Amino acid sequence: MRIIVSIFLLVVIVLGITLALIAIPFDGSIGQVGGHYIENGIKETGATNIVTSVVLEYRGFDTLGEVTILFIAAIGLGAVLATGTKNKNGSKNITPASLIVYTGCRFLFPLIILFGFYVFVHGHLSPGGGFQGGAVIASAFVLIYMARRGRKLSMVPAKVMESLGGLVFVLVGLIGLAIGGQFLYNFLPLGVPNTLLSAGIIPIIYIAIGFKVGSELTGVIDNLIEES
Amino acid sequence: MDSNLIINFLDNYIYYIGAFGLVFIGLLIILIKKNLIKVIIGLGILDTGVNLFLITVGYIKQGTAPIFSKPGLDPATMVDPVPQALVLTSIVIGVAILALALSLAIRLYRHYGTLNLRRIKEQRW
Repeated sequence: MRIIVSIFLLVVIVLGITLALIAIPFDGSIGQVGGHYIENGIKETGATNIVTSVVLEYRGFDTLGEVTILFIAAIGLGAVLATGTKNKNGSKNITPASLIVYTGCRFLFPLIILFGFYVFVHGHLSPGGGFQGGAVIASAFVLIYMARRGRKLSMVPAKVMESLGGLVFVLVGLIGLAIGGQFLYNFLPLGVPNTLLSAGIIPIIYIAIGFKVGSELTGVIDNLIEES
Repeated sequence: MDSNLIINFLDNYIYYIGAFGLVFIGLLIILIKKNLIKVIIGLGILDTGVNLFLITVGYIKQGTAPIFSKPGLDPATMVDPVPQALVLTSIVIGVAILALALSLAIRLYRHYGTLNLRRIKEQRW
C-alpha cells in the first residue's frame, strides 16, 4: 500500500515537473548573461576558463557563501559525532593492510598530492579549480587511512590550513573593497591570458580554496573513520 | 516514419528523460526504502539528477567547454558557462549534505542499535 501510494505520488510529481519544464528547448542558444561572460570574460577578468571567472569574479560572493556552507557542514559533522571521550587505546591496534596496498599507497600518495596541486593552481587556465583539487588531495589522505587501519593523523595542520584559506579569501575580498570599492575587486594586473601568472586575484583565491577544501574534506573523513 | 519520429523525439528529449528519470529513482528510493543508508544513497541520486538537468539546459549540440585553451576557438559554439558554475556550487553543497546525513545516521545507529527506519518509532510514517 505504501509503495503504491509512493509511486502514484511520484508519477504525479515528476509528470508535473516535466510538463512544466519541457517547454525549455534543448539545444537552445545561450542566454544573454552567459553570452556576455563568454564574449567579454577574458577581457574583464583575464581568466581563460570562463567557468572559473564566473565562479570567482562575477559571482565571487556566492562562492564565499558556498565555502561557508561546507565549513558549517564540517563543523556540524564534528559536533554531531563528538562523544566527549577520547579513545585512548586507539593507537595500539593499528592493523596494516597487505603489502601490496601499503606499498601502492606509499607510491601513489605524493603523486596524487602533486596532481591535486596542479589542478587548483591551473584553475584559471584548464578544467578544474580549488574545489576539485581539494577533493583530489582529500582522496590521497583516504589512501593513508586505508593503508593502515586505526592510524590517527594529527588534525592540527589541517585546522590551521582551513582557517588560513578562509582568511585569505575574505582578506583578498576586503582589500578589493578598500581599493576598488566593491568586494572581490580584481586589484592585481590581469597579465597575459593563458599564462600561469594571469587573471589577477583569481589564482590566489583558488589556491586558498584548494587548501581549505582539501583540509576540510580530510577532517570530515577523519571524523567519520574515527567513529566507525 | 514511425521509428524516425521516435528517434527524433529521443534526440530532442533524451537528456531531460535521463535527468527526470534519476530524480524519479532518487525520490522513489527515499520514499520506500527501509535502510537509512539506502535513503541517503537515494538523496545522492536525486542530487545527480537535478545537476544533470541544470547542465542540460545550457548545452549546445557540438558545443565545446567554455575554456579558451587554444587560439581559434569560436565563442559562438561554446556552451553556457552559468549553469556549469551553478552546478559546481550545487555539487559542493551536495557533498556537505551527504556528510551531515551520514554523521546523523551514525549517531542514530549508536542510539537505537539499528538503521531500519521501521523499527525506530520516531521515524515511522
